[in-house]
Amino acid sequence: MFSFILRRILLMIPTLIAISVVTFIVIQLPPGDFLTALTAERAQQNETLDSSLVLALRERYGLDQPWYTQYWLWISGILFRGDFGQSFEWNLPVSSLIWDRLGLTLIVSVTTLVFVWLVSFPVGIYSAVRQHSPGDMIATFLAFLGLAIPNFLMALVLMYFASRFFGQSVGGLFSPEYANAGWSLGRVWDLITHLWLPVLVLGSSGAAALIRIMRANLLDELHKPYVEIARARGVSEARLIFKYPVRVALNPFISTVGWVLPALISGEVITAIVLSLPTAGPLLLNALFSQDMYLAGGLILLLSVLTLVGTLLSDILLAVFDPRIRYT
Amino acid sequence: MQSIPMHADFSQTARPAHDPLVEIEGLKVRFFTDDGVVEALEDVSLTVPRGKTLCIVGESGSGKSITGRALLNQVPSPGKVVGGSIRYFREPDAAPVEITTLDPRGRDMRAIRGGEIGLISQEPMAALSPVHTIGNQMREAIQLHLKLGRKAADAHAVEMLAKVGIPRPAERLDRYSFEFSGGMRQRICIALALACSPRLLIADEPTTALDVTTQANIIDLLLDLQSELGVSVMFITHDLGVVAEIADEIAVMYLGRIVEQGDSVSIFKDPKHPYTRALLRSIPTFASTRGGRLETIRGMVPSPFARPTGCTFNPRCEEAIAGVCNRVVPWPVNVGPGRTVRCHLHADRAEIDRALESQS
Amino acid sequence: MTDTAQAPIVAPRSGPGSAGPWLLTWRRFKKHRLALVSGVVVLMIYFVALFAEIIAPFSTETYSANYTYAPPQLVRMFGTDAEGSTHLFYVNDYTVKIDPISLSRAFETDPNKVIPVGFFVRGEPYKLWNLFDWDVHLFGPQEKGHPFYLFGADRLGRDVFSRTVHGARVSMSIGLVGVTISLLLGIFLGGISGYYGGWIDESVQRLVEFLKSIPTIPLWMGLAAAIPPSLDPLMVYFWITVILSLLGWTDIARVVRGRFLSLRTEDFVVAARLDGCRQQRIIWRHMVPSFMSHIIASVTLAIPGMILAETALSFLGIGLRPPVVSWGVLLKEAQNILAVSSAPWLFLPGLAVVIAVLTLNFLGDGLRDAVDPYAR
Repeated sequence: MFSFILRRILLMIPTLIAISVVTFIVIQLPPGDFLTALTAERAQQNETLDSSLVLALRERYGLDQPWYTQYWLWISGILFRGDFGQSFEWNLPVSSLIWDRLGLTLIVSVTTLVFVWLVSFPVGIYSAVRQHSPGDMIATFLAFLGLAIPNFLMALVLMYFASRFFGQSVGGLFSPEYANAGWSLGRVWDLITHLWLPVLVLGSSGAAALIRIMRANLLDELHKPYVEIARARGVSEARLIFKYPVRVALNPFISTVGWVLPALISGEVITAIVLSLPTAGPLLLNALFSQDMYLAGGLILLLSVLTLVGTLLSDILLAVFDPRIRYT
Repeated sequence: MQSIPMHADFSQTARPAHDPLVEIEGLKVRFFTDDGVVEALEDVSLTVPRGKTLCIVGESGSGKSITGRALLNQVPSPGKVVGGSIRYFREPDAAPVEITTLDPRGRDMRAIRGGEIGLISQEPMAALSPVHTIGNQMREAIQLHLKLGRKAADAHAVEMLAKVGIPRPAERLDRYSFEFSGGMRQRICIALALACSPRLLIADEPTTALDVTTQANIIDLLLDLQSELGVSVMFITHDLGVVAEIADEIAVMYLGRIVEQGDSVSIFKDPKHPYTRALLRSIPTFASTRGGRLETIRGMVPSPFARPTGCTFNPRCEEAIAGVCNRVVPWPVNVGPGRTVRCHLHADRAEIDRALESQS
Repeated sequence: MTDTAQAPIVAPRSGPGSAGPWLLTWRRFKKHRLALVSGVVVLMIYFVALFAEIIAPFSTETYSANYTYAPPQLVRMFGTDAEGSTHLFYVNDYTVKIDPISLSRAFETDPNKVIPVGFFVRGEPYKLWNLFDWDVHLFGPQEKGHPFYLFGADRLGRDVFSRTVHGARVSMSIGLVGVTISLLLGIFLGGISGYYGGWIDESVQRLVEFLKSIPTIPLWMGLAAAIPPSLDPLMVYFWITVILSLLGWTDIARVVRGRFLSLRTEDFVVAARLDGCRQQRIIWRHMVPSFMSHIIASVTLAIPGMILAETALSFLGIGLRPPVVSWGVLLKEAQNILAVSSAPWLFLPGLAVVIAVLTLNFLGDGLRDAVDPYAR
């Protein structure tokens, strides 16, 4: 088991390197850089940037170096000093901007993951065991609907109804009085009361997908010979279903963490923008708009690392649950 | 469907002289599929003699497996038992249990499954849970039916595994099924099915998925266990070679009906039904392979939705009587002590004429 | 009865055994009522997208300052106008009240004012597919210039219905084009991966795993933000589809690889190889046709993902931009919650997205079940 985990962690290293390179290329892609954007912006306001100042800035950030040198400067700063570079727009170190927001992104995503499991597991089992029953039909229909409604649209519609029928704005993760306060019990409670909307919005499509997966897998397993033989052994029906087919159908369910988590973090980015959550999404969008490359790069990199860690956890969990994987 | 004159009381004539363990009478099973109703079993009557081996022989789709499942009250959906009775005589001369009326999910039925009737299936690869250890499954079976603690159950499991020839059984309890070969898995399945000393073992094509040498080993094992434990065996197969080795009694099935039954020796010596004869001719032997072609039965098993009228075998039968065999369903005819055959060739001509008349 | 001729041998079987694979698939598919209905709806949506100029009563840019945020009108039947003539279909005109304080307009439909609606009416001229000049619209107000807002109007007084119809062309085609690119990539990479195996397979698999492990939307956002804003709308459209398919081919590649792996050892492929067929020929003549149906099913299931992605990117303002009209661009109008609370009909393009995605999903599910009833 230990060697299995070690192997998986070692396998992550090349992936991480690849991700950092791709991230860097992506943030380098837009023509020009932050300084040309800044010059253009100033020019629009009829100001000119002193060309010697531009040159100085260019040198300071290494913007005149070839891309691989820039990449090395960037990645070595992150690896050896935890320095993600400077945000041009905020004029602050990137690391001072992102950790809070990434933390909240993680909280929202993981809460949603738990919500998705809690909903889809029983519903999926019910749907499969009572195939074609009215309950199954309703669950199936809702699942398809959940898959078809884009997250941001559901967020908008829910906000519309909230503002129309409750007369309140439901965006954000905190009430104004806690928005910039330090962590306290009150703030945690405030977060919990605000969390339901993003969790509902984000979880809908994930839960829908997992209900479909659980149902399909369980339907497959329900008629396998080992179930029939166990029944012929005199095992009672409820115990039979939970001990054997549900247990086996659980494995693909666990392995879906691997792709549900990236999808959740992806979806969180958009949902956060609509619901104006103080998470990574809106910050990333702004950074991309203003070509704030180190901020955007740091965010994309860390979001990717988050999903990689999630995938690793799901692999380990799967190995714990499925002997067939552990032994090969 | 035409009415069939029941001139020969099937259950009376078919019953062997010694005491029965299970008596099936007039069993009907239908499958209610989206494409129509399939008559999977039609008027099946047979007896499993206590302590002996009954072989049910037939091609795929003949209903032999369904017969086995019906005994466990475990006909797979969308199948349903729609008529007939299955009487299970726990002790000789005691009042029988009527299995068809038990709740398939109820406590009584579950006590019989595994506890009194064991099942081994044709797919040892898929018959064991892929994510539970052998010990886990054996312990479950043992503790369900025998009042044993965990330690005692484990000891019993080890004993059973040793009995079916698993080397170093104590170590193997913590292993998973995918760590065993096919033959080993089938041995484990047999140990599982026999763990609670059932009175009847239903072996549903237990050797089909195995290679020939392993087949022989499994058959020998079953024979040994039977003489050691005195368990009755219902052996379901399409392989007449195996039947010759182990059967005391034989029932030949075709398209949901028993076409011929009786004791093994006389059926092999003197088969009465054209289908049985054709089956026996199609066994490859050293004598017949020299120079000649292996005989086959012409045609194919008809679709269950397009069942031939009259005798279901008549379109493929070499000796079918036109105007009779394709019109009247044959009834069981007594052709010797404990032997019946469902064939017009052996029926009384006058009765056939009466049946034809009552039809038109 | 005296005839002692042999009983007839089993009659030739009609039924499942005699049908070809495509016919069999079609038969199984027909049983799937929901998928069948969805298929019809999908065809209708593509039909609308194809003939958007004719079906939409107005162009995407026709605006009217008098009708900003006008609510939707209901089509009614049998109305009598001021001159006393009766019309089969009509809508009611608006009366406008201007709030003296906020200066905002409040619209009400006036049951007394009848605007007759006709089919194949002459309206604004347009160029169908940029080729043919015409001015006939499938339906619209019988007299030019009358307000006709089935889905209401947006902040410039443009007809949301017409814009949704035009948006269908971009949104639905981006799904098709993106999937086509994905398909080519997926078949190529999945094919060589499954056919050759070995290190090629290994590296393609690593690539797939890598692409699947990165969160798509941040990456899409990064790539989409790299498209210069000054670029021609058509080029933006092209690059967006390329970006979407760059990450979208992995699922198709997985399916293709799986089929290749299982087909590689099938007798007919081995036979073709032993007969000395060239590899290209083995792949395209023998292997691809045998899993085409699987591909069609997974492609159908991939389209909704593309549509949703385009919608999301355009909604964020980093995908397609006006003057291109797609469902995502239209929904960007609904981003402002204040505007939406007074004009909820701006959500209606979202309904189009949901219907398109839902029906494509049902269709794809039905197709998959039909081509492979045993693999779930």
